[in-house]
Amino acid sequence: MRNRNATAYRFLAPYLLIFSVFWVWPIISSFMISFQATRTVPWRFAPGFNWGRLIGDPAFFNALKNTLLILVIQVPVMIALAMVMAVLLNSPLLKARGLYRFAFFAPVVVGEVAYSAVFRLMFSLDFGIVNKLLNSIGLPKIDWFSNVTPAMALIMIAVTWRWAGYNAIILLAGMQSIPEDVYEAATLDRVSKLKQFFHITLPLLKPVIVFCLVLSIIGTMQLFTEPFLITERGGPGGGTETLGLLLYRQGFRSLNFGYASAVAYTMAALAIAITLVQLWLTREKQ
Amino acid sequence: MSSLSSARLRRSIALHLFLTPLALIWLFPLWMMVVFSTMPDNGIFSPGIELLPHGNFVDNFNNLQRDTNFVGAIGISVSVAVTYTFLSVLLTSMAGWALARYQFFGKGVVVGIIFGTITLPYAVVLIPQFIMVARDFQLANTWVALIVPPLFNSLGVLFMRQSFSMMPDDLFDAARVEGVKEWRIFLFVALPLARPMLAALAIILFLASWNNYLWPLLINSQPGSMTAPVALGTLIGLTKVSWGGIMAGAVMLTVPMLIVFVLLQRHFIAGIAAGAVK
Repeated sequence: MRNRNATAYRFLAPYLLIFSVFWVWPIISSFMISFQATRTVPWRFAPGFNWGRLIGDPAFFNALKNTLLILVIQVPVMIALAMVMAVLLNSPLLKARGLYRFAFFAPVVVGEVAYSAVFRLMFSLDFGIVNKLLNSIGLPKIDWFSNVTPAMALIMIAVTWRWAGYNAIILLAGMQSIPEDVYEAATLDRVSKLKQFFHITLPLLKPVIVFCLVLSIIGTMQLFTEPFLITERGGPGGGTETLGLLLYRQGFRSLNFGYASAVAYTMAALAIAITLVQLWLTREKQ
Repeated sequence: MSSLSSARLRRSIALHLFLTPLALIWLFPLWMMVVFSTMPDNGIFSPGIELLPHGNFVDNFNNLQRDTNFVGAIGISVSVAVTYTFLSVLLTSMAGWALARYQFFGKGVVVGIIFGTITLPYAVVLIPQFIMVARDFQLANTWVALIVPPLFNSLGVLFMRQSFSMMPDDLFDAARVEGVKEWRIFLFVALPLARPMLAALAIILFLASWNNYLWPLLINSQPGSMTAPVALGTLIGLTKVSWGGIMAGAVMLTVPMLIVFVLLQRHFIAGIAAGAVK
């Protein structure tokens, strides 16, 4: 590699321009907006205005609570399920592998709006296929949209359906990069498959699992479309309101940019904390 | 040996007995999307259980076209996704090339900023981006607003940097000795070699643009400028709307991508496994 300032920057310039204008500057700008009162013209600097409101706002804590609840339940369940999918898809005993891969990976290409519409229809109270099927095997109907617990469960089911296969792809790629001879040696030593999984696969896959966890946590933290479209703007009565939805409502319905920026930076702070935990978990042992 | 192979057989049967129901559950929403899109509305809202397609797709599509100009919205979505994919592949592979192959002043800072901010949530930049594009540049409801701001995505840069840095030096040095210019080396030596990676990146970027919802929802909210997912989203939750029509729209958004997925599965999986999206 040679030192070529001019050449390098000619290649970098178009991307760096866009990156600075639409990513780096907005990160700084958003932070500054969160310290301004934005519903007066001109905006004025008022450091405690939005942040003070945030720490006393029940709507914020409701959205934070819902978001964390979804995170804590949905993400581990989904990663475990993705792990099961990846292990079984990797089994040499599996026939018609292509069909199973299609079944689990297909949701990866489905857009949020399309699948939100389908889930909304499938889970509707009287005419939803899910309740009809529950009824047909003698179980009571569930009112998925009027009660908070089933509504939250529905959001978690939808997100898990959409993203489990995505994580399975990443985990499967990780598994396939583990050298074959490690397993061969273990098999020769009569180590059972289950023990091989816990003592070889899991430890070697740890960085990949942590990567999936971080991606999923940051994705779920910004959850917007599902509660927006499936449970109708975070219903019932704010029961599925998330931070993403609160940001949308404050920023783009009430046009309260300052307050919405404070909500956004709360999410950023959570993301930074999670990233630091990831770095700590996957640090190189000296 | 026979006891070993019968144990294998039992394990294989158990595997399929577990995995088949799970696969069917996973396919069920997609199957029902297709079924709903072919049913008349009074069929969707009837007490019976219908699990097989009917013949009403065209009527449903006509209802959708009556509720919103879906064909026009699809046209916008396709044009935007194609343009975005082309520009983004070009910009990120140029940047990835520079970061992989040259030593230059400030390189550490550039790499540091890209890596250091990659896990920040997109939500953080949403409001300043909106203020800038809608108020300062007055570009709301234009194609530029849909295409240009999402080009900041840095995962492609990291993906292409990785791809170019794995190529052997002598390849490019040989061309340099003959006095070939750097941009020609990039265009005619490096890019053709990176074709599989470019394909993976292009597919992932196209899909991301095709399915993008939040930004187009905010910035292009006028009926004639909406992308297809946004146009479809406006119908969900309306009281007097054709659900068969909504499902026909969902099928039109989804089935082409499923076909591409089946045909180009290898590239798709390569792109996702490299963490090139989300």
